[in-house]
Amino acid sequence: MSIISLNTLKRDFLVGGEYVHALRGVSFDIDEGEFVSIMGTSGSGKSTLLNILGCLDTPTSGDYIIDGVNVKERTKKELATLRNRKIGFVFQNYNLLPRTSALENVELPLMYNKKFSAKERRERAAEALIAVGLQDRMEHTSAQLSGGQQQRVAIARAIVNDPVIILADEATGNLDTRTSYEIMSLFQSLHDKGKTIAFVTHEPDISEFTTRVVKLRDGLVVDDHPVTPKSATDALAALPKAEDYAQ
Amino acid sequence: MNFANLIKIALRAIMRNKTRALLTMLGVVIGIAAVITMVSIGQSATQNTRAEFSSMGTNMIMVWPERQNRGGVDMGNSNTKSLDLKDIETIQKSCHYVAAISPVVNSAAQMVYGNNNHSGSVEGVAPEYLSIENYSLERGLMFTDEDVTRYAKVCVIGKTISEALFTNGENPIGQTIRFGSIPMKVIGVLKSKGQSQMGQDQDDIAFAPYTTVQKRFMGINHFNMIMASATSEEESEMAAVEITHTLRSTHNIREGMDDDFNVFTQEEMLSTMSQVLGFLTILLSIVAGISLAVGGIGIMNIMYVTVTERTKEIGLRMAIGAQNRDIMRQFLFESVVLSVIGGIIGIIFGVLIAYAITSILAWPYIISYGAIVLSFVVCVAVGIFFGWYPAKKAANLDPIVAIRYE
Repeated sequence: MSIISLNTLKRDFLVGGEYVHALRGVSFDIDEGEFVSIMGTSGSGKSTLLNILGCLDTPTSGDYIIDGVNVKERTKKELATLRNRKIGFVFQNYNLLPRTSALENVELPLMYNKKFSAKERRERAAEALIAVGLQDRMEHTSAQLSGGQQQRVAIARAIVNDPVIILADEATGNLDTRTSYEIMSLFQSLHDKGKTIAFVTHEPDISEFTTRVVKLRDGLVVDDHPVTPKSATDALAALPKAEDYAQ
Repeated sequence: MNFANLIKIALRAIMRNKTRALLTMLGVVIGIAAVITMVSIGQSATQNTRAEFSSMGTNMIMVWPERQNRGGVDMGNSNTKSLDLKDIETIQKSCHYVAAISPVVNSAAQMVYGNNNHSGSVEGVAPEYLSIENYSLERGLMFTDEDVTRYAKVCVIGKTISEALFTNGENPIGQTIRFGSIPMKVIGVLKSKGQSQMGQDQDDIAFAPYTTVQKRFMGINHFNMIMASATSEEESEMAAVEITHTLRSTHNIREGMDDDFNVFTQEEMLSTMSQVLGFLTILLSIVAGISLAVGGIGIMNIMYVTVTERTKEIGLRMAIGAQNRDIMRQFLFESVVLSVIGGIIGIIFGVLIAYAITSILAWPYIISYGAIVLSFVVCVAVGIFFGWYPAKKAANLDPIVAIRYE
């Protein structure tokens, strides 16, 4: 079953009086439980695609349906609610609130959902932090956490609202190889638990850990094929011990 | 995002930049402290004035004869003979709002007892005079209407005179003092009233029956002035009108002619005083208001800085589902909390400064709860007014741009 369905998606920007066609007609579906990497060089349109997938932007033409909801012609307010209920974001530079505990950072998406009481928020956030292996770091502020740990907090924040899809934007871009593999291993374990993940990256070795690669070039899909994922845990074990400075 | 969370977020954001927050609040602190101090001192001054006036009798009405002008020469009003016993009797008969009335005849006198002497004035009055002027007796008795009919040589003296003449601690009651050449028996000593609003010693005074002063001291038939009290403070205006009408008819003043007397009420003097104080309060409030506006601009400035600094945070909040109005509220709350904390500090300072000043001046200390509540409301308003545009700017950010802002 398709969680995400893109049909001849186009997105034009007006820059200095001329239209720039960032997306020229992109069509593909993402099924529930897929771990898709979206690849492309800068200028390929992958950021624009990610913005649309994340309901931060709306397409100029074509349809984007997420979990049965057509995003086209939604108001800003409706888009905000869609992001809050259906999407979990993981950014390259973590984007945690400074001087705020891990727990409170993870609670943040639930703060914008009236359904959750303070107690439920806390419980859900604690569960999410346990799921990313940070049960001992709940009260630490971002300054007291390493890069990898900060990204784990960000991942916990992305899964706390139980989204239909997790969107990761170069989520390993700021991390060294070992920590990158640890994060990929975490994503793989989330995938194993049935989460749908779209992972935007320009690093081919990172895309090897996913189940499908979609390549963009000049605003069009040029390649879309399934892959047999490498295990990030194995890759981690294969790394030389000398690089083990993260411990 | 509920109320408690918004306040928590605002407080945390403010605590992140304590020095900056304090400096930002300073304008509001000064403005509010000034307002609270001014209002408090203004009220305290008014109360103080009222207290002093009421020690003189708040419902007092004075009737002076008009100044006389003979052949272009101003004769003052002491020689005017327009007020006499007939006026008093008519007023007593026909004025319902007049509770008590007494003539006043002044005579300067050198008072002598034994080796001591004192220069002062003796006031010829009726027995009712004590109640009109709020004097009371410490010892002895006031003279009676009978003493008035008999031109009795009795007097009641104030504390200052009693202390000046009776230096050996003898009981003044029953002693005879000489006023110039006239011996007068002391039958009462007045309780001290201290200084008047105008700085006069209200205890340097001696009262005698008005007939005694008129006939034995001065040889006249008129009064220098008439002193009356209205049935209540509120009715003193009415009483003044009644007296004016009565005197015009007893003096046969025709329509369109000027009065040959002047009527003053204590209320008039008090309201003149209040007007001056009120004007001062308004003036100072304007200054305080300007200071508050400057403080508000300070808040606005720092809120713009905050919004720019936290563009990324705003982007993130939007990306994870914050709506424009959530962001708007967050920053509005921050500016309101900033301004209200400044206001609270200002209120504390204002109360302390007002307390210090009033205790130095020995005035009654009044905390104006109205001013405190008003200050609080003004602070919230300043926070909303000056926080609005920065918050609007934050709420209108594009999340795509904001989240990648460096």
